[in-house]
Amino acid sequence: MHLSRTARIALRAGAALGFAVIYVPLLLVLLNSFNPDRSASWPPPGLTLRWWSAAMDNSGARDALWVSVKAGLGATTIALVLGTLIAFAVARHRFFGRGTVSFVVVLPIALPGIVTGIALNSAFGTVLAPLGVGLGLFTVIVGHATFCIVVVFNNVVARLRRTAASYEEAAMDLGATTFRAFADVTFPLVRSALLAGALLAFALSFDEIVVTTFTAGPGIETLPIWIFDNMTRPQQAPVVNVVAAVLVLLSVVPIYVAQRLSADTATSSRV
Amino acid sequence: MTSEVTPAAGRGTVRRLAGALHTRPRLRLALLLTAPLLWLTVLYLGSLTVLFISAFWTTNSFTSQVVKVWSTDNFHALFTTPVFRQVILRSVGVALAVTALCAVLAFPVAFYTARVARPKWRPVLVVAILTPLWASYLVKVYAWRLILSEGGLADWMLNPLGLSGPGFGLTATVLTLTYLWLPYMILPVHTALEQLPATLLDASADLGAKAGRTFRSVVLPMVLPSLAAGSVFTFSLSLGDYITVQIVGGKTQLIGNVVYSNIELNLPMAAALGTVPVVVIVLYLLAIRRTGALSSL
Repeated sequence: MHLSRTARIALRAGAALGFAVIYVPLLLVLLNSFNPDRSASWPPPGLTLRWWSAAMDNSGARDALWVSVKAGLGATTIALVLGTLIAFAVARHRFFGRGTVSFVVVLPIALPGIVTGIALNSAFGTVLAPLGVGLGLFTVIVGHATFCIVVVFNNVVARLRRTAASYEEAAMDLGATTFRAFADVTFPLVRSALLAGALLAFALSFDEIVVTTFTAGPGIETLPIWIFDNMTRPQQAPVVNVVAAVLVLLSVVPIYVAQRLSADTATSSRV
Repeated sequence: MTSEVTPAAGRGTVRRLAGALHTRPRLRLALLLTAPLLWLTVLYLGSLTVLFISAFWTTNSFTSQVVKVWSTDNFHALFTTPVFRQVILRSVGVALAVTALCAVLAFPVAFYTARVARPKWRPVLVVAILTPLWASYLVKVYAWRLILSEGGLADWMLNPLGLSGPGFGLTATVLTLTYLWLPYMILPVHTALEQLPATLLDASADLGAKAGRTFRSVVLPMVLPSLAAGSVFTFSLSLGDYITVQIVGGKTQLIGNVVYSNIELNLPMAAALGTVPVVVIVLYLLAIRRTGALSSL
């Protein structure tokens, strides 16, 4: 397309503005964690590392981080198993209702989180409570796993569609059992897709706040819940700044690694 | 599993099992699907069904106990109470505004990375745009809280012009949601622009079209499905959000907030309200299905 000089300059300026919009808020969070002042007024009066060391000693944030990691690992494990099973069923079999299955997998993330949240909350309340199982870390893991299945599914199904089933058939013609063919042929082919899916599922669980609000029992506080609870407390502001800054740096790592792992990764963290 | 058995016999069992699985694809399929489908249908669809049924129950206004008697009172209240109507219209308006802003911001960025920048820089630029945008939801909202707070960056930039920042409220909500969902718009638009055949643009130029005309008659129609695909996410994610509104929205009330504030006191009403975004999103999906956007999701 032959763009005029003016159009080219206008596009460059528009793109530059877009980049600025993307980066300025995140850079501000990073910079603000060194702000000696408790208020968020701009520009900061100076720079200090004081709050970083204060944040290290903050047991609330540390405990919340630990809960988030446990919830993330639990949800990722379940999602990895269930998502992979459905991906194999959808990619390697023809059956009635195949389209519906793919749709149901996406549903937990397509519907507003608050709808998923209250649905699970009232279901747990009516079914689990009489059995003596209250809301806690377990219910958080169950809730997170439900919407994490889709990212594992997306990654594995994309990989399976690109690798023909004929490899497995060839292995079996050469005398391998179904299990042997899976271990030696199929698994190595999907391994990086599994890893990418797991990373994205963990990132998704780690970031989730709405479903967590409705499935967490008393005393179960994940890092997003901790940030949300402390965000408006002036006393906690400096520590929240540091935790937010750390999260900016940490949260992009799994996404970046997942993107590198597989070219067909469903890049979005939600879909 | 077979540690008790001698290795040879163990291998025989595995072989028989493998053979059985190989000759019975239905059995294999059943084994693959049972666990995930039980999880998704019983746990998830089951919970959703109970929630939507409970929208037809009512609440005893004295005890806040749910009364399990079928009635359409909640839906009647939804359409006749002015406050609810306002909140629903405001939420749909916010979702549309966010979608429009996302499209306006995403287009020049995607056009630049897909067609204007030097080819060897393009993949780098895409990573540079998208990676930071996948940062934590809450941190991104927090960033906007910092920018829009009193004496924050927005005020500092606008004060010399005699203006002040928008503060916390509806405008702040729209800005923050736009920032949050921007990647969902940039990604599909970038992909569509990247796949646009250069020959079509050349042909348009050969036929005498200037850049503006080529844009209107060639580029836009071909990118429209992906804009629509991106809008599914920007629209539906905005419609259900309530955390952002709580953090930067000031006194603004959207559907999500009203659902949230009704959960403890009146779960059936909250459930009825919760069906509104679901229905609106389904209608939106049906409306844009004509553009062919859904197949490119």
